[in-house]
Amino acid sequence: MSDMITIAFYLFAGLSIISGIFMIFTKNILYAAFALMFCFLSLAGIYVLLGADFVAITQLLVYVGGVLVLLIFGVMLTVRVEGKSLQTGSHLKWGGALIGILWIGILVQLILQVDWTAVMTDQPIEASVNSIGKLLLSKYVIVFELAGLLLLIGLVGAAYIAGAKIRTK
Amino acid sequence: MTFLFYLPLILVYAVFAIYAERKIAAFIQDRLGPMEVGRYGLLQTVADLLKLLQKEDIIPAAADRFMFRVAPFLIFVSIFVGFSVLPVSASMAGSGASTGLYFLLAFVSLDVLGMLFAGWGSNNKYALYGAMRSVAQIVSYEIPLSLSVLSVIVLSQSLDLQEISFQQSIWSDQKSYLLGISALGEVSSWGGFFTWNIIRLPILVPVFVIYFIASLAESNRAPFDLAEAESELIGGFHTEYSGFRWALIMLAEYGMMLLVSILAAILFLGSWNSPLPNIGTVKLAEWTNGSIGTWTSYAWGSFWLLSKAFLLIFVQMWVRWTYPRLRVDQLMNLCWKYLTPAALLLLLLSAVWVLSWV
Repeated sequence: MSDMITIAFYLFAGLSIISGIFMIFTKNILYAAFALMFCFLSLAGIYVLLGADFVAITQLLVYVGGVLVLLIFGVMLTVRVEGKSLQTGSHLKWGGALIGILWIGILVQLILQVDWTAVMTDQPIEASVNSIGKLLLSKYVIVFELAGLLLLIGLVGAAYIAGAKIRTK
Repeated sequence: MTFLFYLPLILVYAVFAIYAERKIAAFIQDRLGPMEVGRYGLLQTVADLLKLLQKEDIIPAAADRFMFRVAPFLIFVSIFVGFSVLPVSASMAGSGASTGLYFLLAFVSLDVLGMLFAGWGSNNKYALYGAMRSVAQIVSYEIPLSLSVLSVIVLSQSLDLQEISFQQSIWSDQKSYLLGISALGEVSSWGGFFTWNIIRLPILVPVFVIYFIASLAESNRAPFDLAEAESELIGGFHTEYSGFRWALIMLAEYGMMLLVSILAAILFLGSWNSPLPNIGTVKLAEWTNGSIGTWTSYAWGSFWLLSKAFLLIFVQMWVRWTYPRLRVDQLMNLCWKYLTPAALLLLLLSAVWVLSWV
């Protein structure tokens, strides 16, 4: 059983890395979005393997069903209607490389610092929905409500900006 | 294991559903074709299917070949994955257990991506407009759909579809009260339609109407078929498709109808439970539900679940051939100004109801 999980983990990890690399190097925005979808899906697979089924499905719902669709939708509304081609170039190569290397350094240091034997337990994977729900409405209720307020402000702001043209008429 | 049940089901069902759709359309609009081929027109869809499978797979010269080819599979797979969490009967649960319902809602929203890729890959104005319309529509109607599903979860307190089904059965540990008011007495042992969610908590009746409207829009069915709109967009996002890939898109559309109908049956109409209640010594509910673990529960469970779903599919077809298509602005008005506020209000009311009376 644990062998199956290990194989599945490497499968998902490999898929997410390959699709991530493809996403960065392809020139076609739509192909990049397609690769991003595979990246999100394989990340969701890894979450499931870690026993975080709720996080995995939220990942799908929010990132694939929401963010990615909006992204493609935006690209389609703006570009193809005007008949221009969809190519991306690379800018700020040196700055990007610097930030990337810095990030890798931070991550490697974190990975080396964590005591992995303490993290690894043989607890059976169990449903996390109920406990997440209880925690969200008790211990983390203020954070939860603040996040909701932030989203509401975003929604109102988007409606205001979208309505600006109509109001000037 | 339910995979072995649902994959053949969806294939066979699609053939007969298309036949049924044409018959219903023919009866409503006096069409002649589906009445003629073979006896009673039975062979019309089979003939069309054979025709479709041997057709050439045409890919437009200017299309994005990769996306054009992949898109139909993406649409079908994302809908078919939704079936994996559906239970079939008391002894046959789907997978995904505790987060089943949430999983289903998440995956159903993924078919939008397939439509976008199909519309984009076709490199055709009509296809692109169809894809954009379908995405705007599906993303908007997900909100009333999810809110109406949430009202059911308020009552069931579970995301597990099999758990929700058991709560509506005579084997439930949870007590059910007549019309959701504990003062009227307990009906848990009556079973039948008395323990359906829609009767256990009568405020779910308008919620069910909202769910049904939103599910029509989610599956791109008339009066919400602006994405295909054959009179203005010549079929929308699947304008350029032919042969097997077109058949896959059709299969996905009919699969989506089946999926939302089975989900409606599970959430509101008692899932795989018999509608007949126990009356005194006449134990109709026990006789028509079989006993758990034996073949009788498989047979009765799948029979009741599918009959409820097919009844809903009949209503979907009936609506399609009776009502005209909405305009884009009417579609958005209906969703954002009527359905979403109403669903929010009903969610609040059902929460209050569950807290105070059940």
